[in-house]
Amino acid sequence: MKLTLQIWRQKSKDEQGTFVTYNINDVSPDMSFLEMLDILNIELVKKGEEAVAFDHDCREGICGSCGVMINGRAHGPGRGIATCQLHMRSFHDGDTIIIEPWRATAFPVLKDLMVDRTSFERIMQAGGYVSAKTGGIPDGNTILIPKPIADEAFDAAACIGCGACVAACPNSSAMLFVSAKVSQLALLPQGKAEKSARVQNMVAVMDEEMFGSCSNTYACEAECPKQISVTHIARLNRELMASQV
Amino acid sequence: MKLNSKIPEGPIEKKWSNHKFHMKLVNPANRRKYNIIVVGTGLAGSSAAATLAELGYNVHAFCYHESPRRAHSIAAQGGINAPKNYSNDGDSVYRLFYDTIKGGDYRAREANVYRLAEVSGSIIDQCVAQGVPFARDYAGYLDNRSFGGAQVARTFYARGQTGQQLLLGAYSALCRQIDAGTVKFYERREMLDLIVVDGQARGILARNLVTGKLESYAADAVVLATGGYGNVFYLSTNAKASNATAAWRAYKKGALFANPCYTQIHPTCIPVSGTHQSKLTLMSESLRNDGRIWVPKNKDDQRSPKDIPENERDYYLERLYPSFGNLVPRDVASRRAKEMCDNGYGVGATKMSVYLDFSDAIKRLGKEAIKQKYGNLFDMYKQITAEDPYEVPMRIYPAVHYTMGGLWVDYNLMSTIPGLFVLGEANFSDHGANRLGASALMQGLADGYFVIPYTMGDYLASNTFKKIDTEHSAFKDSESAVEKTIATLLENNGTKAVDEYHRELGKIMWDYVGMGRNKKGLQKALELIPQLREEFWKNVKVSGSAAEINTELEKAQRVADFFELGELLATDALHREESCGGHFREEYQTEEGEAKRNDKKFSYVAAWEFKGVDKKPTLNKEPLAFEEVHLAQRSYK
Repeated sequence: MKLTLQIWRQKSKDEQGTFVTYNINDVSPDMSFLEMLDILNIELVKKGEEAVAFDHDCREGICGSCGVMINGRAHGPGRGIATCQLHMRSFHDGDTIIIEPWRATAFPVLKDLMVDRTSFERIMQAGGYVSAKTGGIPDGNTILIPKPIADEAFDAAACIGCGACVAACPNSSAMLFVSAKVSQLALLPQGKAEKSARVQNMVAVMDEEMFGSCSNTYACEAECPKQISVTHIARLNRELMASQV
Repeated sequence: MKLNSKIPEGPIEKKWSNHKFHMKLVNPANRRKYNIIVVGTGLAGSSAAATLAELGYNVHAFCYHESPRRAHSIAAQGGINAPKNYSNDGDSVYRLFYDTIKGGDYRAREANVYRLAEVSGSIIDQCVAQGVPFARDYAGYLDNRSFGGAQVARTFYARGQTGQQLLLGAYSALCRQIDAGTVKFYERREMLDLIVVDGQARGILARNLVTGKLESYAADAVVLATGGYGNVFYLSTNAKASNATAAWRAYKKGALFANPCYTQIHPTCIPVSGTHQSKLTLMSESLRNDGRIWVPKNKDDQRSPKDIPENERDYYLERLYPSFGNLVPRDVASRRAKEMCDNGYGVGATKMSVYLDFSDAIKRLGKEAIKQKYGNLFDMYKQITAEDPYEVPMRIYPAVHYTMGGLWVDYNLMSTIPGLFVLGEANFSDHGANRLGASALMQGLADGYFVIPYTMGDYLASNTFKKIDTEHSAFKDSESAVEKTIATLLENNGTKAVDEYHRELGKIMWDYVGMGRNKKGLQKALELIPQLREEFWKNVKVSGSAAEINTELEKAQRVADFFELGELLATDALHREESCGGHFREEYQTEEGEAKRNDKKFSYVAAWEFKGVDKKPTLNKEPLAFEEVHLAQRSYK
C-alpha cells in the first residue's frame, strides 16, 4: 500500500507544533500501525531528519504507553484495541492518515505524538490503593468474594491508563479512568474501609489537574481499548454522593 | 574471584528462618537516615521500593517510563504459583521447590529455590489484601489452574492478565508511599552507570529522557530490578524498551554476570508474519491446558486443518510424553515444535508453525466456557492474524521470552559489588536453566516484598558509609565518560539506523545462539558479533541532539550494550558443553532428543567477570551442591 501521512510534529513542550506530510510506500497490510511508523522513522533517520517521537512499549495492548489520534479517533478505527494492536489491513491503498497526539490541557505534549500523562499518576497517588502494608496479612481465602463481584471488579481493574477516554471526551474528562479504580475498590471488601476518603481525594485531584466534567457522551467507553463500561462512572458518582452525606 | 553464596547453615526448611533471626536489624528510628536507590519499577522494583519505604527507609525509585504501570511485568498473562494446596491435590512447599529445581534442570541453587517456594503463599495473601481481583469461584474462594511442568493446580490467576493485576497491586502500594513522601519517584530516567566508591555501590548516573540532562544520584545502597535481556535477539516477546543497559553497566563496573546462555524460548507465540515484524506476541501457556498441539502426519498436507481427519494428525506432545502431554515444560515444548518444523511438518504459509487446537475443548466445555477462560487471548490472536481461533486452530511458534541468566547474587540477593542488590529477572538465582510457567511473577514479588526488606537491613546495619555527595569524582568521571559515548553516537555520520543493526544482531543470535546451538555455530557467532559491533560504531546514524527527547539515542545506547552482551551469551553457550533446560547444545542430547546434562563437569554457576570490551572475560565458578534433590535426567514421559 501507498499512504500519505499527516503527522503532528512539535519539537518540545514550549514550542509550536504543526502537521507535516510524509509519503510512505510498501506498507504491508499485516504490519501493525506502529511498525508502519517504525519504517517511516528509519527512512527519516537515514535522511538525517529527526524520528517521530511516540510512546510505545509492549505492543500487545496492555502497557498503556501508546495512544495517538488517528483520523480523529483515539487509537484509530476498531473497537477494544490500543494503537499498537491496530493493523494496516484497516486502511486502503492511497489513504491519507492524520496522526496527532492526545489533546487535553491535563496532557501537555512533550514532543510530536508523546504527551505527559503524569496527571494520572497524581490522581492514583491521591488514593488509588488499599492501605495494606506488606506482612501480617491473613490467608487469601479468609476474604470471600463471589465470582460475579470478582468479575465486575476485574472489568474495572483492566484499565491500562492510556488516556484514550480523556482524548475522546469533548470535555477532556478523566471520569472513566478515575471511576475504574474507585469502582474496583468499592466493589471489593478490601476497599471498603477507605472508600469515602478515596473517592473524595481522587476526585479533588482530578479537578485540580484540569480535567473536564462528564456530560454523558459515552465517547470514553466507545474508544476505551479495554471496553470499560460507563456504569463505573455511575458507581463513582454514587460513591462520591454517599461519601458526602 | 572467590564466590561466596552465603547459604545459611541448617536443614533446608530452616535456612531462611534461621537466617532472618541472625541478620542484623536497623532500628526503626535510624532507617530514615539511609537512602536507597531502586532502579526499575516493575513487579520486583515496585514491591521492593514500597516495602522498603514502609519500613522507614528513604527510597528513590527510577523508571524510564512515565509510570511504574508501564513496566513489562504488566504483560505476564497466565498466573502466579503458590503451594496453598487449595486444590487438595497434594501440593506443598517441598513439592513446589522440587518442581522448580527439576524444571530448572538442576542448575539452580537449592536454598534460594526453597525460600522462594516458602514465601510464595504470603504473596497471594498480600496481593489479595491490596485488592488484586484474582479469579474466584461462586462461593468466593480463590480459583487455581495448572501450568506446565507441574501435576498439581497451584496457579492463581486474574483472567489472562495476572501480571497486569499484580503489577497494579505493587504500583498501588508504591503510589501510597509516594503520596506519603517516603518514596521519591523519578519518571523518564534511564540509568546509564553505576557509581562505585571505595568498593561500595553508592549511586547511579541517569539520563533524564525529557531534558536529556545527565543526573547524578548518591545513596547508601542500590537495588537493580531492571528485567532481562531477551531483546538481544531483537525479536522477542519483551517490550520494545526492555533492555540490559543498567545490568550491563553494573557488570562493567565489576558485578559478575551469571549463566547468560540460559535463555527461555516460549512455545506458544504468534508466528512471524514478515520482515517488518518488530516484536513477537506471546499467548499464555495456560492455553495448553485446553488446547491440543498437532501437525499433519503428511508433510505436504495442503488441506485446511478442519479437513484433516483425526487419524492423519500427529499430536506429538501427547504421543511423546503421555503423562504430561501438552503440559510439558516450555523448553521441551519449544524444542519439539522446532524439530517438527525443521523436519518439514510445519503449517501455515511459512511452514514455521504448529497448530494449537481448541475444537475438542469447545466441544467438551462449550464456547462460552472457553471464552470465559481465554477470551482476551483469542481476541488478541484474531486481532493480529485476522483468523478466528474459535473456528480454526491457532498457529503457534516458539519465541524468545525470558532470560534465566543475569547478574550473580548471593543468598541475600547482593551482587559481587557490596551494596548492589539485584532482584527479579535481572538476577540469575532461582530458575536454573529453565523457568517454569507462573514462576516469574512469583520470584519478582518474593524478592521485592519478602527478601530484600530483610537482607537490605542486614547490609546497612553491618557496614559503615563514608559521607559522599554527587560532587565526588566517581560521579564526575562517570558523567564525562557517558557524555563522550553519547557524543560519539550523535556525531557519527553513518548510513544505517539503529533498528537495522539491532535486527541484524538479532538474526545472528537467533540463527547461531537460539533454540539449538552447536560449537561451529557459536564460533561463527563469536566472529560475526564483534564484526557487526565494529561496523555499528563506525556506521550507525543517530539523528537529533542530546538535549531533548531522543528515542533514537536511547535505542542506540541499549543496542551498543546488546552487542557486548550477545558476545558474552555466545561465549557462555560455547563453554557449556552440555544441554540443560533452555540451553540446548545439539552435540549433547539423548537418543530420544532430550537435553543431556553433564553433571560431573558442569554442575556449577558460570559467573563471568568483565575484563575489557575486546578482552576475554574471566570465568568464575560457583559449584552447585544438591543435598535435597537427587540429580536425575528430567522425565515428563
